[in-house]
Amino acid sequence: MSVIIPTSLHSALQALADSPEATVLAGGTDLMVELNSGHRQVPSVIAVSRVPELCSWSHDAVAGLLHIGAGISYDEIAREPIAQWVPALAQAARTVGSPQIRHAATIGGNLGTCSPAGDGLPVLAALDAMIHLASLTGVRTLSFADFMVGPKRTARLPGELITGVTVPVVRGWQGYSKVGVRNAMVIAVASAALVADSDAGTVRVALGSAGPTILRCPEAEAFAAAHVDFAAGSAADSVVDQFAGLVRTAARPIDDHRSSAAYRRHAVGVLAGRLLRRAFPHG
Amino acid sequence: MTDAPTRSELRGRLGDSIARPDGVPKVQGTFAFSGDLSADGFLWGATLRSPYPHARIISIDLSGAWKISGVEAVITATDVPGKSTYGLISHDQPVFAVDVVRFVGEPIAAVAADHPETCRRALAAIVVEYEVLPPLVDPERAIDGSHAPVHPDGNVIRHQRIVRGDQTIQGPVIVEGTYELGMQDQAFLGLEAALALPDSGGDGIELFVATQWLHEDQKQIAACLGFPEDKVRLTLGGVGGAFGAREDISLQVHTCLLALRTGRPVRMAYSREESFLGHVHRHPCTIWMRHHADYDGRILRVEARFVFDGGAYASTSSAVLINGITHAQGPYKCENATVDGWAVRTNNLPCGAMRGFGVVQACFAHEGQMDKLAVAVGSDPVAIRLLNAMETGDRLITGQVIENVAPVARCIRETAALPLPSQPVGGHDLDPLRLPGGSGLTADVSHIRRGIGWGVAIKNLMYSEAFDDYSTARVRLADGVASVKFATAEVGQGFVTIAGQIVRSILGVDEVIIEAIDTTVGSAGSTSASRQTWMSGGAVDGACRLVREQLFQHVGQMHGIDPLRLTIDGRDVVDAEGSLRVSVTDASAGLELDQTFEHHHRPTEDLDEFGQGNCHTAFAFVAHRAVVDVDVELGLVKVVQIATAQDIGRALNPLSVVGQIEGGIAQGLGLAVMEEIIQIDGHVRNASFTDYLLPTFLDMPDVAISLIEEPDPMAPLGAKGVGEPPTISSTPAIVAAIRDAIGRDLTRVPVRPNDICLP
Amino acid sequence: MAESQIYSLHVNGEQREVADAWLGESLLFVLRERLGLMGSKGACEQGECGSCSVLVDGALVCSCLVLAAAAVGQQIVTIEGVAPVGSPSDVQQAFVDAGAVQCGFCTPGLIMAAHSLLERSPAPSEMEIREELSGNICRCTGYGRIIDAVQRVAVARIVVNGRGIDGGIKS
Repeated sequence: MSVIIPTSLHSALQALADSPEATVLAGGTDLMVELNSGHRQVPSVIAVSRVPELCSWSHDAVAGLLHIGAGISYDEIAREPIAQWVPALAQAARTVGSPQIRHAATIGGNLGTCSPAGDGLPVLAALDAMIHLASLTGVRTLSFADFMVGPKRTARLPGELITGVTVPVVRGWQGYSKVGVRNAMVIAVASAALVADSDAGTVRVALGSAGPTILRCPEAEAFAAAHVDFAAGSAADSVVDQFAGLVRTAARPIDDHRSSAAYRRHAVGVLAGRLLRRAFPHG
Repeated sequence: MTDAPTRSELRGRLGDSIARPDGVPKVQGTFAFSGDLSADGFLWGATLRSPYPHARIISIDLSGAWKISGVEAVITATDVPGKSTYGLISHDQPVFAVDVVRFVGEPIAAVAADHPETCRRALAAIVVEYEVLPPLVDPERAIDGSHAPVHPDGNVIRHQRIVRGDQTIQGPVIVEGTYELGMQDQAFLGLEAALALPDSGGDGIELFVATQWLHEDQKQIAACLGFPEDKVRLTLGGVGGAFGAREDISLQVHTCLLALRTGRPVRMAYSREESFLGHVHRHPCTIWMRHHADYDGRILRVEARFVFDGGAYASTSSAVLINGITHAQGPYKCENATVDGWAVRTNNLPCGAMRGFGVVQACFAHEGQMDKLAVAVGSDPVAIRLLNAMETGDRLITGQVIENVAPVARCIRETAALPLPSQPVGGHDLDPLRLPGGSGLTADVSHIRRGIGWGVAIKNLMYSEAFDDYSTARVRLADGVASVKFATAEVGQGFVTIAGQIVRSILGVDEVIIEAIDTTVGSAGSTSASRQTWMSGGAVDGACRLVREQLFQHVGQMHGIDPLRLTIDGRDVVDAEGSLRVSVTDASAGLELDQTFEHHHRPTEDLDEFGQGNCHTAFAFVAHRAVVDVDVELGLVKVVQIATAQDIGRALNPLSVVGQIEGGIAQGLGLAVMEEIIQIDGHVRNASFTDYLLPTFLDMPDVAISLIEEPDPMAPLGAKGVGEPPTISSTPAIVAAIRDAIGRDLTRVPVRPNDICLP
Repeated sequence: MAESQIYSLHVNGEQREVADAWLGESLLFVLRERLGLMGSKGACEQGECGSCSVLVDGALVCSCLVLAAAAVGQQIVTIEGVAPVGSPSDVQQAFVDAGAVQCGFCTPGLIMAAHSLLERSPAPSEMEIREELSGNICRCTGYGRIIDAVQRVAVARIVVNGRGIDGGIKS
């Protein structure tokens, strides 16, 4: 086994090019669990936490974009200033594992693992985040929808490194809700993110732990956009109920030891309805 | 100012909230837990376990493991020189599986190697060929005989009835329910670990291990190794919690066998996943109950049927069963009873002791029934319990008379008198962390309903059914310094603190040395059944009194005073009728006073075929009131407050008592709303802390406590054990509070979100 | 299992050499088994209990989730680096005095978390204490005495610093 600790993006990409089968280690909070249990053998590890290009963020006020480097921790995302631009992502960040996990875990690692229960992912999906990948031969950018192709499966190619994510700074309400069976340090049984984009006049909703990938709910989104009043910040109770129903229909949950498909379907409807009501507090 | 000489008060006597003697090493990380112990040239040990709940072993090929560099030993059942099985009550569990495996995780082989990763590879290289057999996972099929025996001892571990009084009573008020409890894990944090050091001639072994009962381990290990008991010397390795899971053998024999085989020290340490498979758990249980009462709600008769799933091996299942059924009435007067109890064998994980030991199960059922009874007669949860509250002199359904202090009504009243939470739903600060769902931001205040529920419990203390239960202590006094020796397993409960307090109180010394806890002194029995304060406390107390008698005789002789006139006052020996005052230090100068005392509790009896007999030693009582906030739509729960009044006899160390109460309630809360080992067809689905959830800081509420101190004349120090009662009725109190909030019945713990919000 | 080159870690202010280690070892394993620092405890191996908490470059993390060989060059502080043996820190002493210790297995990790919390937030509210320590599982105490211990330290530090708090405690 070998461990490489590159200190520049170029050397990281060179190392990946040299051994495309190498495992990228970010915060370690997923990979180390597998190493400790012996469930996974890795011949070589490239630890990217010292790559400065991955460990910065930038806010472009003119373009209304926030770029978050892959190595930014969830602890940092949960706090100001990032929290003011993407409050839903900050809310999701606050639910990631424990304080210890949030100090180590990065948004790039969350994307790399790409579990349907990954806390940050529904927000990235609802924000139509763009995922940046780099290799020695070039860079490419994928929408979140194109990036996550299955449970713990991504479009990242051998030799590619996730370098960061760009999200729009949206005017309007956004929020995240997550159900777990205890009040801290818990994996999502079901989660939902909702973004009300008042400039675009759209409502976007994404579900976690409710299908093989993070699910967007196009019918529910279209219904909401057509029936809420952005100016008044209002939505009728019947609209909230129908929206919740459409979200339930969009869910594709499974039964497992953490919960049942029936509960997950029910819960994402409740969460989405409550999020819509928070976005449009008036009846 | 006075002219009196200043004498600093002797601190750390009984009743003082002094700090633990092992506190500083524990906070500094220098306290040696069993997993921290090492020795020059040691090897790591590891265990190969069955992936199947039930299978025949066709063949085991060890050759692959032997080929791996760094592997020093590979052993199986054929390498066990002595008895091939062990067990606390019946010796039905193999050291390594022979021919057949009966649960997922059953040990098949063990290896010793130079690194844990080498061990892992060696285990992976062992090839076992199985013929998979259908698992028995339904306890009812063990009872009705429709499944072939999965063990030569049969599928019924024990069946016991209780038949008392008038069997014809029906009503006039009848309430009935079926209650179910999932399998809870003790989940101590300090994983199973041991260090074995073989004697140079290979004819003996020294074992450092985290256990609850050194001498019982010694007996079982020696039998399996084929050694006389004195060739197996045990020392308590620091214990990171126990809660019942360390009463049975886990890695002890394996570690010793590997050390003897290699002639080198061997360390074994379970992973969390392995720990879930490698120790016994709280029994899953299904209980049907029917109460007959008069129109006021007075209980006239209880009918019940208990089915405890013991899993693959017997462990203490037969005793857990007896505890469960003999507590079927709860802390309530009841003259007539018809109870049928089963403890059965299945291919699920083996079950045995966990804090509350059968009574947790009974209490969940009888407390559910009391609330139903209150509704049926138009009463309320407090009034119905007060109406039926047991008192000293009442008879149990076994015919045994309660001779202990039994302040059941006082427990209920004092709990009711504790203030309800001052904060409204969501709190004055509207911090979302106060709501169910916490930082998941699932709810707003408008989604929450608050509920209040009650639970009251009776718990037997010490061992039952004619077991000669005793504890030994040796106390020495020389030059004003006392040392005390016992084999009492300190598992975190604080016996080492109490022991020092007893010695200081009785001998008037400041300095008390707690000697190594090992098998070079007589047995202390198990740290379980809320028994050590009473039993080992009684032994230390007895030994101190013998030493004090010797000291008084010596002082009496020196000064020509009748020793009966002497007492201890602070740090001095004083003449109650004269002027003599001499410090204990001076009085014991040059002496070597040394006494050993065995404390036995009063004998108990076996139950007869009708479940009658004085089978228990003593009893303690407790009441809990829970306040919960429930998100009815999502089924999420936040416990807001637990109020409790507990019958403790006497608080020897009030701070320790509070710690036991709060900690016990946390485990009761866990069972109520989150903790369960999930098995499907005998396969375990959540053997990790990611998926077996324990309460965190944000799940545990404030606890309001009232200590009820009515010293029990039967207890050596007036103090009852306090460890188990907090765990017992906190669970039903929380479930009752959830029922109150949502207005529907809940009959199973842990309560899952879908139980609350889905049809 | 020797399959590594030598590397060194910066632990509690000292450079410590790690030889003959398997490179897949966690920082927790290396601290305990290679460097003899047994104070950090392992109870879950997956970051779900906090018993192994240490500081890496000032951040509280689970050492079981740190690949030791990737921590080269980082400043690591363990429970052994908090205070000299026999001279407990204020947080450590408060845990002892408040009855926050029973079996003690979770305690070193909680001491690290409590110190880290009080560094960042000298007067935390009860809910803040609960959230910040929620990554540390204690199976014995039910947490009440631990919260009391942290609050005692916060009050004592403010009194020492002479700033006074809402309750009017002044030096």
